[in-house]
Amino acid sequence: MSKTAQSNHTTQAAPVKTDSDTVLEVDGLRTYFRTHEGEVRAVDGVSFKMKRGSILAIVGESGCGKSVTAYSILRLIQPPGKIVGGRVTLRPVGEEPIEITALGEKDERLYHVRGGLAAMIFQEPMSALSPVHTVGNQIMEAIFIHQKVTKQQAQQLAEEMLSKVGIPNAAVRLKQYPHELSGGMRQRVVIAMALVCRPQLLIADEPTTALDVTIQAQIMQLMKGLQSELGTGVMLITHDLGVVAQLAEEVAVMYLGRIVEKGSMRTIIKKPRHPYTMALLQSLPSLHARNQKLPSIKGSVPALTRIPSGCPFHPRCEHAQAGRCDVGGPPPLEQLDPDGVGHEVACLRVHEIGPTLKAQAPS
Amino acid sequence: MKNAITPIPTDEPILRVHDLCKYYPIYSKGLVKRKSGEVRACHKVTFDLRPGETLGLVGESGSGKTTTGRAILRAITPTSGSVLFHHNGKTVDLARMPAGELKPLRQKMQMIFQDPFGSLNPRMTVQQIVAEPLRIHRLAKGSELDDRVVQMLERVGVRPEYRTRYPHAFSGGQRQRIGIARALVMQPSLIVCDEAVSALDVSVQAQVVNLLAELQQEFGLTYLFIAHDLSVVKHICDRVAVMYAGRIVELADTEQLFGDPKHPYTKALLSAVPQPDPDVPMNFELGGEVADLTRLPPGCAFAPRCGECMDVCREKTPQLLTHEGRHVACHLYEG
Repeated sequence: MSKTAQSNHTTQAAPVKTDSDTVLEVDGLRTYFRTHEGEVRAVDGVSFKMKRGSILAIVGESGCGKSVTAYSILRLIQPPGKIVGGRVTLRPVGEEPIEITALGEKDERLYHVRGGLAAMIFQEPMSALSPVHTVGNQIMEAIFIHQKVTKQQAQQLAEEMLSKVGIPNAAVRLKQYPHELSGGMRQRVVIAMALVCRPQLLIADEPTTALDVTIQAQIMQLMKGLQSELGTGVMLITHDLGVVAQLAEEVAVMYLGRIVEKGSMRTIIKKPRHPYTMALLQSLPSLHARNQKLPSIKGSVPALTRIPSGCPFHPRCEHAQAGRCDVGGPPPLEQLDPDGVGHEVACLRVHEIGPTLKAQAPS
Repeated sequence: MKNAITPIPTDEPILRVHDLCKYYPIYSKGLVKRKSGEVRACHKVTFDLRPGETLGLVGESGSGKTTTGRAILRAITPTSGSVLFHHNGKTVDLARMPAGELKPLRQKMQMIFQDPFGSLNPRMTVQQIVAEPLRIHRLAKGSELDDRVVQMLERVGVRPEYRTRYPHAFSGGQRQRIGIARALVMQPSLIVCDEAVSALDVSVQAQVVNLLAELQQEFGLTYLFIAHDLSVVKHICDRVAVMYAGRIVELADTEQLFGDPKHPYTKALLSAVPQPDPDVPMNFELGGEVADLTRLPPGCAFAPRCGECMDVCREKTPQLLTHEGRHVACHLYEG
């Protein structure tokens, strides 16, 4: 594929350790769950780097391991799950790099990471908030854990943050309980809670999926605004390719616990090369004329206890070749263009099948 | 299938919904509960459904889409209004019919639910789930019953040899197919799809959308397609009704509605959909929250969020009027 210089994004050819441009480095992360049906390889060898202050989207269908990846980064995996391999390194500005996977369960640095350097917001805002504490107390709790401030100062900070996330009458809202707020307001509170300690990394796990489309649009605008204002790196976990195209700068597509394609958002949305990414984009109704049959991916995502041999996608792939795609281990990620756009694809036949996504402009 | 339903040959609407209302009382606190107000979940909803067409019903949560769908099927009893259902050359008013007489009509109107996990009884096998409506209505028994279940499962793409399994053994997409089989085995003419594809992954969603379209062709089905995902609605609906705070604010052909929305709320709703194309940036300007049905403002319910709000909007509720061949409830297009 001939590549025009279409992106200003750069990727280091070799992993340079003193990489000041990277806020998060995930290297060969493997998280397995021990179950009665055998070992579930929820995340199996995931590697990526996140640039400081950028928005990276992790995309995939349910069960592809995107949430487990996020939980693993903050060491929130509970038994029977376990991080069995790989490294997660956080590189905060003005501090020593922290290898999160090497920290002990009770290590003080782990508490410093969680909520301090890196924060997380969840899909369902009601379950992320305590129903028996006021909004103000919950935000202030986060402040007291990570900063040495007086109660008045904390209150001030909480109020400022609430107005920043677009909640009118912040002082009144601080004294309210989550059930008194609407879904969109609750998600704003959760975002305020996550950002009040000015983390350098924000992990957002399907932050808009439970919201109405107009509220989703408001929250998306808010996140984009805050991200550029505060310089927070955002790891956005989503299944919605529309959200990806509107927010992300870089994209990693996951399937059955592995990254199958990654690159700049424009490359992934406009010129995807992995058959799974291409099929996902093709199956979006907005790209097709009305009443036209939608191209769909055959079958459904297999259970993680029965990951197919060879390329995990081969039973559903229209390009799969018997005797090649279905044997051996999963194909490794291959750099498509060494000249610096940083487009990586894990497909054995990537050079044979070429780009088949028709350039279609949605009406 | 043998006795597949042929579409009603006339252009006579299969369903005429007129001024359908469903109010829920609000009671005051205290020892003696007194009615202190009401939530107008669905207020003066009026539309026709032509045989073989798909009408989309869209809106945010709490806009009354599901209430409307359920009130039509008499899953809940409407407060007022009429639902004229055309069936076998006769027209009956579902809204006023005594509950006891509804049963034979229920064969002809079925529902497909959103949650493929919650809508199938986990203690029944797939065979039992799909056969249950046939047994209740005594339409088939013995080997004929089995045959119909097998045929239906095959048609929706569930392997019949799996019919002795329980729902938990199936994926979300497969379960949704089982729910579709349960609805279709009665050979209905009207199906209310309440967020039927919303819970599915993108790749599976496309399969189910295709299946619904094929089945509609094959059996001459009429769909009331309730959804919040506008891209799916745009894809399969012939006409779309937009609801806000319990009322229909705009109703038009799909192409007209998406190409040239009239109501300010429709415009905002359409602009809120993130397009999977970085070259089509989001151009969204709508503040505020979804209207609170217990505290609706006088006049137009959308007025507090509307960028084109006029004085009259805060005083008078706009009616759904015909404007250039389509229906809009907005003072901008009156007079």
